[in-house]
This record gives sequence, C-alpha cells and structure tokens, in this order.
Amino acid sequence: MSTAGHLLAVESTSDNRPLIITLFTVFVLATLAITVWAGRQTKDANDFYAGGRQFSGFQNGLAISGDYMSAASFLGIAGAIALAGYDGFLYSIGFLVAWLVALLLVAEPLRNSGRYTMGDVLAYRMRQRPVRTAAGVSTIVVSIFYLLAQMAGAGVLVSLLLGITSEAGKILIVVLVGVVMILYVSIGGMKGTTWVQMVKAVLLIAGTLLITFLVLLKFNFNVSDLLGEAAKNSGLGKEFLEPGQKYGVNATSKLDFISLGIALVLGTAGLPHILIRFYTVPTAKAARKSVNWAIGIIGGFYLMTIALGFGAAALLNRDDIIASNKAGNTAAPLLAEEIGGGADSTGGAILLAVISAVAFATILAVVAGLTLASSSSFAHDLYANVIRKGQASQKEEISAARWATVGIGTVAVVLGVFARDLNVAGLVALAFAVAASANLPTILYSLFWKRFTTQGALWSIYGGLVSSVFLVLFSPVVSGKETSMFPDVDFHWFPLENPGLISIPLGFLLGWLGTMVSKEQPDPEKYAELEVRSLTGYGAH
Amino acid sequence: MDTAPASDRPGDQLRQDHPSYAEVQASAEFAELRGAHRSFAFPLTVAFVTWYLLYVLLSNYAGGFMSAKVVGNINVALVFGLAQFLTTFLIAWWYSRHAAAKLDPRAEAIKARMEGEA
Repeated sequence: MSTAGHLLAVESTSDNRPLIITLFTVFVLATLAITVWAGRQTKDANDFYAGGRQFSGFQNGLAISGDYMSAASFLGIAGAIALAGYDGFLYSIGFLVAWLVALLLVAEPLRNSGRYTMGDVLAYRMRQRPVRTAAGVSTIVVSIFYLLAQMAGAGVLVSLLLGITSEAGKILIVVLVGVVMILYVSIGGMKGTTWVQMVKAVLLIAGTLLITFLVLLKFNFNVSDLLGEAAKNSGLGKEFLEPGQKYGVNATSKLDFISLGIALVLGTAGLPHILIRFYTVPTAKAARKSVNWAIGIIGGFYLMTIALGFGAAALLNRDDIIASNKAGNTAAPLLAEEIGGGADSTGGAILLAVISAVAFATILAVVAGLTLASSSSFAHDLYANVIRKGQASQKEEISAARWATVGIGTVAVVLGVFARDLNVAGLVALAFAVAASANLPTILYSLFWKRFTTQGALWSIYGGLVSSVFLVLFSPVVSGKETSMFPDVDFHWFPLENPGLISIPLGFLLGWLGTMVSKEQPDPEKYAELEVRSLTGYGAH
Repeated sequence: MDTAPASDRPGDQLRQDHPSYAEVQASAEFAELRGAHRSFAFPLTVAFVTWYLLYVLLSNYAGGFMSAKVVGNINVALVFGLAQFLTTFLIAWWYSRHAAAKLDPRAEAIKARMEGEA
C-alpha cells in the first residue's frame, strides 16, 4: 500500500527523469530510423497511401491495434476503472464490440472497392466532386477533433510523467510530439506509419502484460481477492464493483451513457484513420484476417486493463491517484511504480519509466495515424479529385499529401498548444459520434442500398456532421460545468455530453430522406459495378 | 502490382471486352453470394448491437439484478461484461468460418470467370 503522499510520487517522477527521457529518446530514434527506411521504399501513391498493400493480415492487425488503442484507452480506461470501478470497465466494452461492425459490414467491401481513402467508397457511384468534398471535410473534421484531444493530452501527460510544471515545458512537448509525427508521416507515409504502429502495439501489449502479471501475482491470481481489495481500498465498498459510480449518477448521465455506447459501437467503422488501414493488405480475405487479429489483440488488452484499473484501486491510495491527475490518467504509471517496489526503489523507477515510454509511444503512433488519414484525404479527395479534377500526376498528388501533412500537423500543434489547459478528453467521444453520424450511414447505404443517391450522401454526411458538432457546442463538453472546456462560461442547453443519440439516427434518416426526395435517378450500372466489385474482389487495386 | 491509371473514377475500371457488371449482378451465382453475405451479416449485426444495448440498459436501470453476487466478489454485472468479450470473439470466429465456407469460394468463382472472359 502506498503510504507516501502524492508529493513523493511526483518527486520520484522527476528523479526518474533521466531514465524516462532516455527511453523516450530511444523510441523516437528507433522509429525515425524505421521511417527513413520506409521512406526510401515509398516511390508511388500506392506506397504513400497504402504502404504498398503488401502487409500481412497479422501485421495489419497489430498496426490496427496500434492505431486504435490511444492513450485515452490505455491510461484513460485504467484510470476510469481505478476511480469509478465497474463503470470504467463498462466504458471499455463499446470500443471492442464496435469491431464487429467493421468485420461484418465494412472491412472487406471497402478493401475490394476503394483505393486510398474513405472518400473512394463514398463517392464511388455518386457525382464525384460534391461527395468527395463532403468526405474530405468529414475526414478532416473527425481526425482533427481526435488529434486535438491526443495532442493536448500528450502535453499534460508527458509533463506529468517527466515532472514538468512550467508552461514553456508543456508547449515544448506538444511541439515535439507534432514534429515527430510530421516526420513519421511525411517521410515514411503509410509504410513508416504502419511500422511505428506495429512497434507501439508490441510495446503496449508487452508492458501491459508485465504489469498485469505482477498485479495478479500479488493476489495469487485470485481475481475475486483483487476485486475485494479494490472495493475495500476505494472507500466505496461493494458499490465500487457495481454499475453507477460514473454513468448512473442521475437520469441524464444514464441517457448520456446510452448515447456514448451507441456512438462507440457505430463510430469505429466510420473512423477514417481506421478505414484506410484496410487498404494496406493485398486482399479482402487479408483485411478480414487483420480485423480478427485486431479483435483478439484489442480484446485481450481491455481484459488486462481490468487488472490494471482494479489493481491501481487496490494497491494505491485513492487520494494520491486523484492528486496526480483528476481523471485518473496517471493511475497506470503510478501502479507500475508501486508494483515495481514503490517510489525510491530501483524496480519502481524502471517500471514507471517503461510504462511512461509505452504511453509516449502510444500517443505518437495514434497521432501519426490521424495525420496520415487527414492528409491522405486532403491530397486524394480534395486536391487530386476536386481541385485538379483527376488530372494531377502521382508525383503531384504525393507532394500535396506531404505538404498537407506539414499543414495539418502544424494546425494540430497550434490548436494543441492553445488547448493544453482545456479539458478536451471529451473530443475523442465526439470524434466517434461524428464518425457514426456522418460517415457510417453513407458507407452502409452506398454499399448496400441500390437506390441511394448523391443527394442522400450529401444530406447524410453534412447533416450528421453539422448536427453532432452543433449539439456538442451547446453541450456540457464545451461550457457550463466544472469539467467543461470553458468552465467559466455557460451557454449550454443540450443536456448530454455525447450527441450520438440524436445525431446518429438523424444521419441515417437524412440519408434516406435525401434519397427519397431527390430528382436524380440512381445509376444502376454503377451500383452493379460497386456491388460486384465489393463482394467478389474483381478489379481490386 | 498496381497498373491501373492514377484516376479512380468508376468508369476507368470498365474495360471494353469485359462482361457488363449488370449481367454479373443479375446472375444466379451472384445472387447466391449476396444472399449468403446478407442473410448472415445483417441479422447478426442486429443481434450483437441489441445484445450490447441490453447490457448497457441493464447496467443503467437494473442495478439490483446486476449487483447480485455470483461467486466471491464477482457479480452479475462483471459476468455480463465478460460475456460481451466472449460473444465478440465468438461472432468474429463464426463469421470468419462462414465467410471461408460460403463466401470465399463463390466470390473466387465469379471473379475467376470475369477475369477469364475479360
């Protein structure tokens, strides 16, 4: 049991600084070396956008896991369990179940019929320019929200792990993360990013396995004892293991959780940075294999976060966790330190440094994937197909993608610096809600509904996008609560933090309505082409 | 491996000597393939989304039931949550088995025929 106060934990963190910085540096240098190597092999658009399409199902499954498991899931879920017990676990499940939508409905047809971006499939049988524009806008909005949450989170987290308190130090970290991410993507393209994500996934799994093993060892592999100790030590008793600590507070929070759950389950298969990963394998069968691996890896990982979260609740002092970070984001690193022998022990210092480095790797791999998705969509959907009307050469297109990487990366850094002290964690859930409201309806209608038209696609994408962003703007995520982005002002009238409950049905409804009232006749020949290609793999890139 | 032109407008994929997509789409073989996918994937999607929502709703509104003890400190809520993991793994495995047996051979056959005729 940690009897040392939280000040001690923070102090020991700064004592460990040299070791943590060394591990960070080793990771960055090693991954940059991989990036340069991958960059040398990146010759055409196929390499830059899709990594040459030669990754195996297993490799891509690892990379998908590395792309998907953000610091929000690693540190956020462990922290949520450490503080809210069962409700933290409840939160994690939507992230896993969601993969079945990708497996059963999206991954294979997308791989068969698309080329580089989500827009390829959305615009397939529609009028190219308006639908590509909509797909590009939606991709960039979803990715920027997600990116902003990760960047701001990186600043807070890394400062905390390194014991940096100065504003200049926090800004420096956000800038550093941004620069490394821009280098990964602009030099290494999809190939470099994929390798970074695979390395990160292996590190994350290895680190989590180690801590999970040590926690369970402490309880002689008796999960019931672990849960009992967590309940006792949390001060909440039996209720800590029951639903309600976080989402069950009142009728609104219950409704909010339903909204969040739907957004998680339906959002994953509409996240552009996940969708483009399916293009990196040669066939639809390999895409299916990669989702299966991802489900296994991600599922195993969330199972381990149960041990991590309840382990932190059982072995750490609750007040210390909260004092270090209100949301519990440092519970996992603090647990690593405790389980290694406690603050001031060599074992504790090493484990803390290892887990901190894993968290850092996690952030970098995810922001790289997001930057790649948005710059690919900018270059391929907006620049090559809308602005240049399909007349751009491959060289021009890749060059546009590289510059877009620098541009979007810079925007993310600037926003991240401004947002560093705002509470932007809610933006990840928003990204899922936008993906489920704006992207998923159009993907499903395009693939499976013969009658779907351009107008339906536009209504659905823009309607889902605008309604979800609009509702969040007037929700407690942005104003009116202590945990809001701007806690000092209050212009919220929408009670829920997650807009999914309204915006997802609206996105589906608008896609249907836009189609039914459009004068345009759907092109049956093009639907035949899309359907035949998406199911058989004929003519796949 | 990619020799297609840089643009990916749908029309570019069509080659002159190629059987029309509409003919393939209208064929009995293709109807079988589509049916084998849809009749499996659509109901199963409805089922697992409902199953997940049931879990969310029970967690929200059936506190008493979810708090019931199963063994030691393990309650119904935890077992229900772990069951979601289990069903996710099982559905993934089941779909992959179905796809390998009923979808892949049909898709391969249609694709091979189209490539042969082209």
